Amino acid sequence: MSKTYFLKSHEYARVEGNIAYIGISKFAAEQLGNVVYVDMPEVDDKVEAGEEFGAIESVKAASDLFSPVSGVVVEVNEDLVDNPRLINEDPETNWIIKVEMSDPAQLDDLLSPEAYAEVCAAEKH
Amino acid sequence: MNRQLYEKLIFDYSRPGRRGFYFAEGDAPMPQLPENLLRQTPAELPEVDEPTVVRHYNNQSTNNFGVDTGFYPLGSCTMKYNPKVNDLLASDPGFAAIHPKQPAATMQGALQLYYELQQSLSEIGGMSEFTLNPYAGAHGELTGLMVIHAYHDHRGDSARTKVLVPDSAHGTNPASAAVCGYEVVEVKSLADGTVDVDDLRSKLDNTVAAMMMTNPNTVGMFEKHIPEIAEAVHAAGALLYYDGANLNPMLGVARPGDMGFDVMHINLHKTFSTPHGGGGPGAGPVGVRAGLEQFLPSPRVVKLADGSFSVDQHSATALGRISSNLGNYGVLIRAWAYILTMGCDGLAHVGPLATLNANYVMHRLKGLYLLPIPGPCKHEFVFDGLIDKSTGVTTLNVAKRLLDMGFHAPTIYFPLLFHESLMIEPTETESLDTLDTFCEAMRQIAREAAESPEVVKEAPHLTPAVRPDDTEAALHPIVTYKELCNK
Repeated sequence: MSKTYFLKSHEYARVEGNIAYIGISKFAAEQLGNVVYVDMPEVDDKVEAGEEFGAIESVKAASDLFSPVSGVVVEVNEDLVDNPRLINEDPETNWIIKVEMSDPAQLDDLLSPEAYAEVCAAEKH
Repeated sequence: MNRQLYEKLIFDYSRPGRRGFYFAEGDAPMPQLPENLLRQTPAELPEVDEPTVVRHYNNQSTNNFGVDTGFYPLGSCTMKYNPKVNDLLASDPGFAAIHPKQPAATMQGALQLYYELQQSLSEIGGMSEFTLNPYAGAHGELTGLMVIHAYHDHRGDSARTKVLVPDSAHGTNPASAAVCGYEVVEVKSLADGTVDVDDLRSKLDNTVAAMMMTNPNTVGMFEKHIPEIAEAVHAAGALLYYDGANLNPMLGVARPGDMGFDVMHINLHKTFSTPHGGGGPGAGPVGVRAGLEQFLPSPRVVKLADGSFSVDQHSATALGRISSNLGNYGVLIRAWAYILTMGCDGLAHVGPLATLNANYVMHRLKGLYLLPIPGPCKHEFVFDGLIDKSTGVTTLNVAKRLLDMGFHAPTIYFPLLFHESLMIEPTETESLDTLDTFCEAMRQIAREAAESPEVVKEAPHLTPAVRPDDTEAALHPIVTYKELCNK
């Protein structure tokens, strides 16, 4: 069973037990256009909730990536190195990093899928 | 335009043994070169006859688009027409044939020009002194920030590690600050695109070295709270930096120095009508207010007591050298010629006319294109795509369709404040007829989007290159002929 949480800045955390899969939302992937590069941390790097952990570059723009939770990176999605366009194909399956959370209580500060949908609707206009 | 000719590379014409020249056997002995310096395999150069070379490059050159071939409303780039008399002066052998290292006594005229341009820019910007050495706008930003760093350092204030940058800023601002070793802190914009002064105040303290601003900002709005911002920034002990990318509408109207800016750069290739696009060369002179002159980089051109000019190669407090000599000198000649031919009265018309032209185009199109920030604008403005989003025609499609109509596309997808940004800057050098023709083209595209959207979505139809795969190009760039052959 997994549950998904969002940041206003369009990153998601799909949580299974103590593990969070972090990527960007479908809305963000559509807005960015074709992704050409993903700058990712290394395994064992620490990430902090609300802090930058990497960057994503598309044909339109480059954006920082923010982590929804604190913890340690246990895996990075190596497939994105050669084929960053996987994010456009399916941003939810193609997570960017896998984090072992140090403080699961932080999830309470994140947006639910419903609340996040409202953020997207407001951004559309 | 001939698509077949466009697609060929000079290598495609190569045939083994074909050549344009045959040299007679020389009677002088060949120099003996060391064996280890001799090439083991022949250089892979194209083997082509002279007429083919001439025709190939002439045909390629006709596929260029520049401000000399058509209207170029590229927002934030100030693609104004560059008068030919400026080029004529720059190619005068008296300038073109001098060497930067020849004795100062033998190039007094050239040094006088540098000195006078420096003084003119100081007057125009309301600054005390300028260095003309930086090679481009971003180089000017870096130089300006290095001046700010040298100033804080000189006072023994080493705790300032941050530079504030508005979220609407050009990407070069945060990049320059980062290259200079500063941490970049973003300041939010209000709904009208101007700086949120409350957010700025909350981020100001004694760790901030400078605040960088562009005025008018990147959405073409005049920052009305500059005096308040300058006061707050100075109260925190930081300096206020003026990014001169959008100086054009200010000409003849207002001066950054009078608004409280401490350091600024000017893009001569924008406001002062020197050529740009296609890689320059540009020039990004940096000006400072009184009290900061000593930190400007070396070398400097100085006027001696007897009225002659000299080059000061080194001064103790200067931040050092940021260029090998006195900058892109050929560009400086053109800017100096522009200022002299325009005169004070001419320059005073630039800002108001650039503003009038932008507002005219905005008003003629705002019924069809979405204007997220209601005017009046300054020299440029931003649409957020077509008003009617139901057709699926995007800003990219509109830009591509404009190419069919003989126009350079406006800036698209910048600034990032809107999803479908389309940023138009007509400049003061265009006639009413040109502006009307452009407006008609934009209106026709809006009609096409409603009536036959495929025409717009599949554009351009008439250019030699149609829709390059920009994603593939970014992912796997082919930069040499060999790579193309091996593909």
